[in-house]
Amino acid sequence: MTTHPILAALRKHKAGVVLIALQIALTLAIVCNAIFIIGQRIERVHRVTGIDESNLFLVTQQWVGAPDGDDPSGVEKLDNMQREDLVALRNLPDVASVAPINSLPLLNSSWNGAISLKPGSEMRKGGNTRTTFYFGDEQMLSTLGVRLVAGRAFTAADVQHRSMHDQTEPTVVILTKPVADKLFPDGNAVGKAMYLDGSTSPTTIIGVIERLQVPGTGSWTNTFAYNATLEPLRIDANFTRYVVRAKPGRMDALMQAMPSTLYKINPMRVLDDDSVKSFADIRAEAYRADVGMAILMGVVCLVLLGVTAAGIVGLTSFWVGQRHRQIGVRRALGARKIDILHYFQIENLMIAGGGAIVGVALAVGLNAWLMKHFEMDRIPVVYVLVGLIALVALGQAAVFVPARRASNVSPIEATRAV
Amino acid sequence: MLSYYIELAVRSLKRSPGLTLLMVLTIGFGVAASMTTYSVFRAVSGDPIPWKSSQLFVPQIDMWGPTGRGADGEPPDAMDYIDAMKLVRDHRAKLQSAMYQISPSIVPADASKHPVTTSGHAVNSEFFPMLDVPFQYGNGWSADDDRQRAAVAVISSKLNQKLFGGANSVGKTIDIEGKDYRVVGVLNNWNPQPRFYDVVNSGGFSTGLDDIFIPFDRAISEAMANNGNTNCNEIPKESGFVGLQNSTCVWIAYMAELDDSAAVKTYREYLDGYAHQQQQAGRFAWAPNNRLRSLPDWLDSQHVVPSDTKVSLLVALGLLIVCLVNTAGLLLAKFLRRSSEIGVRRALGAQRNSIYAQFLTEAGIVGVAGGALGLLLTGLGVLSVGWVLPKEIATLAHVDFVLLALTLLIAVLATLLAGLYPTFRASRVQPAWQLKSN
Repeated sequence: MTTHPILAALRKHKAGVVLIALQIALTLAIVCNAIFIIGQRIERVHRVTGIDESNLFLVTQQWVGAPDGDDPSGVEKLDNMQREDLVALRNLPDVASVAPINSLPLLNSSWNGAISLKPGSEMRKGGNTRTTFYFGDEQMLSTLGVRLVAGRAFTAADVQHRSMHDQTEPTVVILTKPVADKLFPDGNAVGKAMYLDGSTSPTTIIGVIERLQVPGTGSWTNTFAYNATLEPLRIDANFTRYVVRAKPGRMDALMQAMPSTLYKINPMRVLDDDSVKSFADIRAEAYRADVGMAILMGVVCLVLLGVTAAGIVGLTSFWVGQRHRQIGVRRALGARKIDILHYFQIENLMIAGGGAIVGVALAVGLNAWLMKHFEMDRIPVVYVLVGLIALVALGQAAVFVPARRASNVSPIEATRAV
Repeated sequence: MLSYYIELAVRSLKRSPGLTLLMVLTIGFGVAASMTTYSVFRAVSGDPIPWKSSQLFVPQIDMWGPTGRGADGEPPDAMDYIDAMKLVRDHRAKLQSAMYQISPSIVPADASKHPVTTSGHAVNSEFFPMLDVPFQYGNGWSADDDRQRAAVAVISSKLNQKLFGGANSVGKTIDIEGKDYRVVGVLNNWNPQPRFYDVVNSGGFSTGLDDIFIPFDRAISEAMANNGNTNCNEIPKESGFVGLQNSTCVWIAYMAELDDSAAVKTYREYLDGYAHQQQQAGRFAWAPNNRLRSLPDWLDSQHVVPSDTKVSLLVALGLLIVCLVNTAGLLLAKFLRRSSEIGVRRALGAQRNSIYAQFLTEAGIVGVAGGALGLLLTGLGVLSVGWVLPKEIATLAHVDFVLLALTLLIAVLATLLAGLYPTFRASRVQPAWQLKSN
């Protein structure tokens, strides 16, 4: 079939053709970028934390009338209270293990700093490795369920305790593999010395764990999302956090009983609605905005595609109605049903193809604009190509019903006056 | 004449119910998507204190120097203790306050009840008049209380409800962290969103509300820990809370009221003079690099409106434009199908203007129907934003008369706009040609 008569006919409906092509172009531009946003959010939400997330929950509580932790006797008192909690919790039958901890991945409450291989370097200068800090005792690794890939885990003898405002650096730490590899690209970090936060006293690396995500989920953490340093340390402050691993199947009961259990150990503390939180809840909260954005973009895409498909059906139906007589003439002159069907399909292919090509340019332009004004990455070509194919396919699907109706026009129409 | 056009339009719309329904749905969905995202955008981009925001300023001092600046040369977005105290003492603005976030626990008088944790701020006495904070009972404390580090507190109406059953509690005593404080004021449901006085710690929006305010110097002397962010350019040389106070770590928010541009200029000069003085004294090894932003500029620079909200609004507006193009195409088809009818009307003496009026009326009716559907969908949309948006933002979006009126107005205007070209084409129909071809 030659395209010449189709082009000639299109020229008669310039406005309609331009409107459909424009609609397809805009739809393509928006849908490509929206799907790209969805893809990015899904990728973010599926980042692994590196910990075993099942049967895990966090307890956050605050002491009432506790010493302020700035003098040695206050620190000891706070530490005694904390250890009393830990012993009692570890003795519960439903508990697999417990560790004091300052934060968890995705909790959005973090202590961050820098590591240098030289003593006394300025923290914010280039060349330092950014890291987040996790403080906990010898049960931290097993409670989190992180995997040790080199060296050894903390022992009870490694564990220190100090006040929140005390700046003493630890003598030993465990690093995540990304940090260890960045500092020591040869992969022999264990046993090496390094300096934390511009300190002049060295810290020795005793172990390397495979993976542990930082607590922050904002885009500011993207440059060091898996850079974590674990210190064998109980922080003594006016609040404590305990990460608890329940025995399989016992988590709900354990969480339910947690407030009364803690009040029984020591009533002078504050627990609120958020004090006992499962890791699943922490994860859901951290990614709520991302999931929401993905859903919103998904809804917009569906509405857009629906509107555009409906628009094509509507306008093509009108054209079919308008050309009833011509179709009849063609049929009378020997055109087969399939020829009529193909005519409308090719016509739509030309309009949708033209619109989609403009749409590709618009999609790339829109992406560039979003990159300039918002935190957005460059859209990969595959998204645009898939969008292009999807819209052309949508056009073909939408045109099928009116085109088939056109192909069913009887040749006798040619003889009828309108 | 209008009633005649309306009758014509309704008759025409009834003739092709599928196409009409399609247009109404298109307009309804397009407008509803835009208005739902707009309701969220409106909620988060609103001015929290519109009558005064242009007089409120946030000073920033560069105590970190070049190594601590952001990529754009920005100084830290909060203050260290030394500089904040200097600014408060110098008292160069009409009203000013340093602020830091605290989270003290309160022990109820009833011993059978468990202690409760609260969130709040340590502020100076001028905080309350500066921000026009509304009181249900009593008032803020005096400058004298500031100086004397008095054990006084202002509490929220919510905390007052919890502790005193909502009765006037001014003069009563509460136990904060084991010490007795006298209640001097109860706030009247004050929970501005964004929490503009401490954006750095709240990120702008928060579901909780500040339950308690106590004098800044009192909180410092009680060593009440800072519950917000602490950012350090270098590790404090001394340990403890005192070490933090002597360091250049930033953890204090600051706000000043400056009533006119002359006052702003003087204050700017004062800040630069202070930084210059620190440079000469050897504390800063760099030239002054201060900022003094009005509250709206400050909220903007802190990106208080989430970029997700802006992107959603833009995408929804894109959807609306596609819907308009779609409606324009359908109206074009619909109007031109009636070329013969137009030909007859024109031949019988109808003016072009009458054709315009007739077809724009038809477009307008589609717009009103689409708007009605849009109202319904917008209502549903705003109700369901809680499913997809973070709590602290979703709770701010609401339906009100302005939103509904705007929905209807935009639906009608947009449809009329979409109908302009099809109507123009309809008015150009040549009567002779149409009559002949019939």
